[in-house]
Amino acid sequence: MIQIRNLIHDYLRRDEEGNVEGSQRAVDHVDLDVHAGEFIAILGHNGSGKSTLAKHINALLYPTEGTVTVDGMDTTDDQYLWKIRQEAGMVFQNPDNQIIGQVVEEDVGFGPENMGVPTEEIWERVNESLRIVQIEHLRKKSPNRLSGGQKQRVSIAGVIAMHPKCIIMDEPTAMLDPSGRKEVIRAARALNAVEGITVILITHYMEEAIYADRVFVMDQGKIAMQGTPREVFSDVERMKKLRLDVPQVTLLADALRQKGLDLPAGILTADELADALGLKPQNKPRKTESTDQKDTI
Amino acid sequence: MIEVKDACYTYEAGTAMAVNAIDHITTTIPDGQFIGLIGHTGSGKSTFVQLLNGLIKCSSGQVLYNGEDINADGYDRRNLRSHVGLVFQYPEHQLFETDILTDVMFGPKNQGLSEEECRERAKEALLSVGFSERHFSQSPFDLSGGQKRRAAIAGVLAMRPDVLILDEPTAGLDPKGRDNILEMISELNRTHDITILLVSHSMEDVARYVERIMVMDSGHFILDGAPAEVFAQAEKLEEVGLAAPQITYIMRKLKARGLNIQTDALTYEEAAEEILKHRSELEALRTQE
Repeated sequence: MIQIRNLIHDYLRRDEEGNVEGSQRAVDHVDLDVHAGEFIAILGHNGSGKSTLAKHINALLYPTEGTVTVDGMDTTDDQYLWKIRQEAGMVFQNPDNQIIGQVVEEDVGFGPENMGVPTEEIWERVNESLRIVQIEHLRKKSPNRLSGGQKQRVSIAGVIAMHPKCIIMDEPTAMLDPSGRKEVIRAARALNAVEGITVILITHYMEEAIYADRVFVMDQGKIAMQGTPREVFSDVERMKKLRLDVPQVTLLADALRQKGLDLPAGILTADELADALGLKPQNKPRKTESTDQKDTI
Repeated sequence: MIEVKDACYTYEAGTAMAVNAIDHITTTIPDGQFIGLIGHTGSGKSTFVQLLNGLIKCSSGQVLYNGEDINADGYDRRNLRSHVGLVFQYPEHQLFETDILTDVMFGPKNQGLSEEECRERAKEALLSVGFSERHFSQSPFDLSGGQKRRAAIAGVLAMRPDVLILDEPTAGLDPKGRDNILEMISELNRTHDITILLVSHSMEDVARYVERIMVMDSGHFILDGAPAEVFAQAEKLEEVGLAAPQITYIMRKLKARGLNIQTDALTYEEAAEEILKHRSELEALRTQE
């Protein structure tokens, strides 16, 4: 689906006359393959190059060296530009910068309309997109009256309406409250699991990465770690060195292991911890307290 | 000390669109407390903190700072804003000078202090947020996200506030940057005795650092207490679009699976300690197998 080969990106600094003064390498020899239908998470500290990398995928930035191809199309080839942007949609951090319509359904229909999709099909696509992110009931509302999580789902619906094969989400939950974060991550997972759309999620919330098929960790423009969430989060020390973290349950299991409890590395959910501690599921689960906040994301 | 007495604030009052953003709030913020203010987007948090430093005036009720009504005629609200400092969301967008020292001097200059005094205060503020002398002449635009954020906070600190209100100071920062900012804020509270009101969407951050949590929904406080008390009411938090910290759910899960533990741990370290108290119980389970 996406092939990145030996990608280098240098940001150039220019003086007042526009002459190049110097450059800063943001992406440094990156090779990355994303297969159709995968859910990929990219982690990395501020300035590690993850957003720069992501912007290459839908041709918002071009390689200084190396190549990026989306579905076989080279991103530097102008004839594919719009095709690539339609196939690889992007959702950014701040929903307020991405919404342009006065009414939700109008905003979601903007992409397909721009692509020249016939009117009747636009409405079909709008209906379908709103359904996937579960905001059909908001279709007649004004976007500026919505919560952060709802707005962000409007942005996602707008991308889905263009029938992309891949969605790149650049910290889509950074500005949201807990329920908004949950809504957006749930939408991303549904998109991937039900609709089969490839998802690339960039995030600073480690808990959001546990659903990914593969996790890539960036540092100084390079891929520093990669693997399944379990493999990556097993190395608590390394993650901390990279200015990152691991999920709370992984930290807890790690602390217990250091005190001599026999637990495997890379525990990612409360259920896994309970299992590893030898606690059996109870026959009569007590339904009085909610314990499944994490699992329902 | 800040006292809020039966305060209301209505947006677009007198129109059909009128919204009670703040709905009859009465509360006290004593000196030296470290408070977390949580609530979903649109619950009224930002309106509330703007009432506290006089950026907006309550529609009814009173806000008292050290016993004086800040909305009374003749009260020096400009001066109040140097005592009750407010750091907005994404404060780094407000950096504008050519070097960070000059940028941080902007606040005290506005207070009418001498150049020398401003420089002194700016240096002190920058040092207290973790910069060293060699950074002073750097352009704010060459700093990392977390550094910019800290420089912007220094800009408010240079006015030597008694109360510091921060609106989501860690939004968008990586975990390390987030921890640095929170450690620094905690340090300001401990060593400089600055009262802190931290508006946050991260339950984990709030659980780890604050001594009191105020939970806002529809313009008033639905919970107000010590973190363990507030997070014991996870269901109530979920009803208003929030959650307890993940550690609470983990502990509840273990308890539901039959481990007889207390579920009020606020950090993973506390949770580990609690679980280890039941070591023999856990080992017995294993030998049963």
